Amino acid sequence: MRLLAAFFVALFASASALATDGNAGRGEEIYTRCLACHALAHNRVGPRHCGLFGRKAGSVPNYAYSSAMKKYGVTWNEETLARFIENPLRTVPGTKMGYAGVKDRQERADLIAYLKQATADPKLCE
Amino acid sequence: MTITKLDLLPARGKRRTFLSGFTLSATAIALLAGRERLGLVGAASAQTANNDVTILNSALGAEQQAIAAYQLGADSGLLQKGVKDLAVQFQGHHKAHADALAKAVTKLGGKPVAALKDYSFPKDKLKSQNDVLTFAASLEKGAVSAYLGAVPILGDRDLAKAAASILGDEAMHWAVLRQALGQNPVPDAFVS
Repeated sequence: MRLLAAFFVALFASASALATDGNAGRGEEIYTRCLACHALAHNRVGPRHCGLFGRKAGSVPNYAYSSAMKKYGVTWNEETLARFIENPLRTVPGTKMGYAGVKDRQERADLIAYLKQATADPKLCE
Repeated sequence: MTITKLDLLPARGKRRTFLSGFTLSATAIALLAGRERLGLVGAASAQTANNDVTILNSALGAEQQAIAAYQLGADSGLLQKGVKDLAVQFQGHHKAHADALAKAVTKLGGKPVAALKDYSFPKDKLKSQNDVLTFAASLEKGAVSAYLGAVPILGDRDLAKAAASILGDEAMHWAVLRQALGQNPVPDAFVS
């Protein structure tokens, strides 16, 4: 029981750290790694990122998702996004995103901090 | 050289036969030796091939996008002749990458992804040669990162080597474009 409680405390602490520790400026630089496949405002090889937070996985209109992503069933938030981008192929086997992932925890936090700002920015998401 | 390496992969039918045979053989050997965990080797190899198809198709999608982007640049009327020639040369490299990747996907038993009909490029924001080069540089940097994210997880070492070869080419494109933009062509000791 103690172990279970410790697990949830650690999980909560991890999620909280993601919300507060990220540097959006550094995250913008990290986001340049994504640009071969993604854009903020448009679907390309990967789906658009604008409106990402609070969106159900696999739900962007006019994007051809893998069946695995359509069935994934999560809503994107800091925690679900961190889990996915750490190792996309392990988190959603069958995803089209053939990429090792962002392994560094701080880089994930920075990237997510940037995405939280940019994907809700009307100027960037026109 | 890249194409030659990829061409060394067994043809689709042969690959499947090879994998099936390998599974049976490894399982049989494992059972005979009383080492059950080794019986998983064949299934793991099939999963590795599936993952490799996914990874190669991701790269193929990015290459197709780069081909379309360079076509947009070449047709924009914004590029000086020498720069346009360079863009067309780089586009040719991406076509070669895409051809090699598509062949490799097919040989692994997968279906190569098709190019999109429209990439929704920011045409209204491309008003000068610098705008076009900046956009192309962003895609090339992204491609470097994409291959960097592919190399360590490709199960087939020959494919990983081929992907690393393409990574080097993308990095050269990125450096030349940065140089043309008046930026430090090689800003760091490592790419990310």
